[in-house]
Amino acid sequence: MRISTIGYTLKQGVKNIFRNLRFSLASVATMAACIFLFGLFLAIVMNFNSMLREVEEGVGITVFFEEGAKQEQIDKIGEEIKKQKGVKEVKYVSAEEAWESFITQYFDGDDQAAAGFKDDNPLANSSNYEVYLDKIEDQTELVAYIEGLDGVREVNHSKNASTTLTSLNRVVGYTSIGIILILFAVAFFLISNTIAMGISIRREEIGIMKLIGATNFFVRAPFVIEGILIGLVGAGLPLGLVYVCYNQLIKYIQDRFHVFTAMGSFLSVQTIFHILLPVGLGLGVGIGLLGSAVAIRKHLRV
Amino acid sequence: MIDLKGVSKSYAKGQPAVNNVDLHVDKGEFVFVVGNSGSGKSTLIKLLLKELDPTSGVITVNQQNLNKLKRRKIAKYRRGVGVVFQDFRLLKDRNVYENVAFAQRVIEKPTRVIKKRVPEVLTMVGLAEKYKSFPKELSGGEQQRVALARALVNRPAILLADEPTGNLDPKTSFEIMKLLEEINERGTTVLVVTHNREIVNAMKKRVITMKKGVIVSDEQEGEYHYAN
Repeated sequence: MRISTIGYTLKQGVKNIFRNLRFSLASVATMAACIFLFGLFLAIVMNFNSMLREVEEGVGITVFFEEGAKQEQIDKIGEEIKKQKGVKEVKYVSAEEAWESFITQYFDGDDQAAAGFKDDNPLANSSNYEVYLDKIEDQTELVAYIEGLDGVREVNHSKNASTTLTSLNRVVGYTSIGIILILFAVAFFLISNTIAMGISIRREEIGIMKLIGATNFFVRAPFVIEGILIGLVGAGLPLGLVYVCYNQLIKYIQDRFHVFTAMGSFLSVQTIFHILLPVGLGLGVGIGLLGSAVAIRKHLRV
Repeated sequence: MIDLKGVSKSYAKGQPAVNNVDLHVDKGEFVFVVGNSGSGKSTLIKLLLKELDPTSGVITVNQQNLNKLKRRKIAKYRRGVGVVFQDFRLLKDRNVYENVAFAQRVIEKPTRVIKKRVPEVLTMVGLAEKYKSFPKELSGGEQQRVALARALVNRPAILLADEPTGNLDPKTSFEIMKLLEEINERGTTVLVVTHNREIVNAMKKRVITMKKGVIVSDEQEGEYHYAN
């Protein structure tokens, strides 16, 4: 194909958009709404996942030993746990360390109150292993295994934090997929209709083109360009908006809802856009292309 | 150049629009096809443009058997056949130059060729000075000249004209016919479908008369017969 033909086709594609401006704007706006919401939900899901990972890393299993367990036996238990798959770290906490950590945590530095227990460590029997996992999903299985080991009295593990976050993340994920799918369907139909309108407006011109000897490709290409451009603009605008707004939004959330701050740090806009930019633009262009292809197939039999 | 053997075209029901037509037109000929409405003249043009396929028979144009022409080759075939219509069919949102250049764009001619060729052909049809005008600013005769320029810009071997003077006054009609004759003298085969008796009789060309889809007469230097 000649460069002049490419230029002509591009120009006609842009002209199509302006000839049919109201419909084009409606399509761009719908596409923009889709991609904006998509960006928003993707940012939320990505942040959730990242926080979940942080929580996972922080949540450990505490393994207590039977009363009077010998150090040898304790060491053996440690070795057994380390051998299991998915175990990231096993940390031994002696009774003294456990008590000190308790004081810091619960007496809030009130040494006098703590001093009352001076030589009588209430946690004398509380030496333990803190076990950290790579993935929270492996926790249940590992707990069952450790509980079966000789000399283990009790295994404590925090179930709630992880399950709540996982299910919340799932709800957000599925809801957003649902909403986005509906919106994308709307965008697809609007683009398809816009192109169909353009085709009907230009029916006479298309007829002349065909009589003069235009190839199918030459007749169709401007409409494909039109669809792609609508998709591209419809994706580019909201992505820009998300980029600009993201940091402000994060700051707002951190100021207003401290619970999020406690859960972990937010991802940077660059990390989000590493995925959002190609996926968002791809979706925009893809849906534009698909919309125009369907309209051409239906209304432009050449 | 144009060869029809036993060509018929039937629409859904009723009498065929073109019925068992045999016709041969040599290279460089000027032919009128005359007849009343419904005589099959326009169907003939559509068959030659491969807008329609014959129900039976063989059509050969420019040594190409249209029956065997694949869909994707139709565009290329049509580049060798110029066509003008009664209603001009110009693009109203483009000026004279762009309307003619459009025909070259469509077949992907480079811009430098277009810039050279369009003024040439506009000069030929006598519209060089009006290249910036839009169709609505032109008279009917001028619009038909633009349509002719557009049909000729790609140097087709054959020019088909479907009632080219149908919307024009007698004086303008003669001017357009003279132009068609000039085009014919430059070597293009011209086939004109018309109702215009005065012109047919004045031009002394080959006249093919159709009636109800059948060729009823074919005369060199013929006249317009009222085929009832």
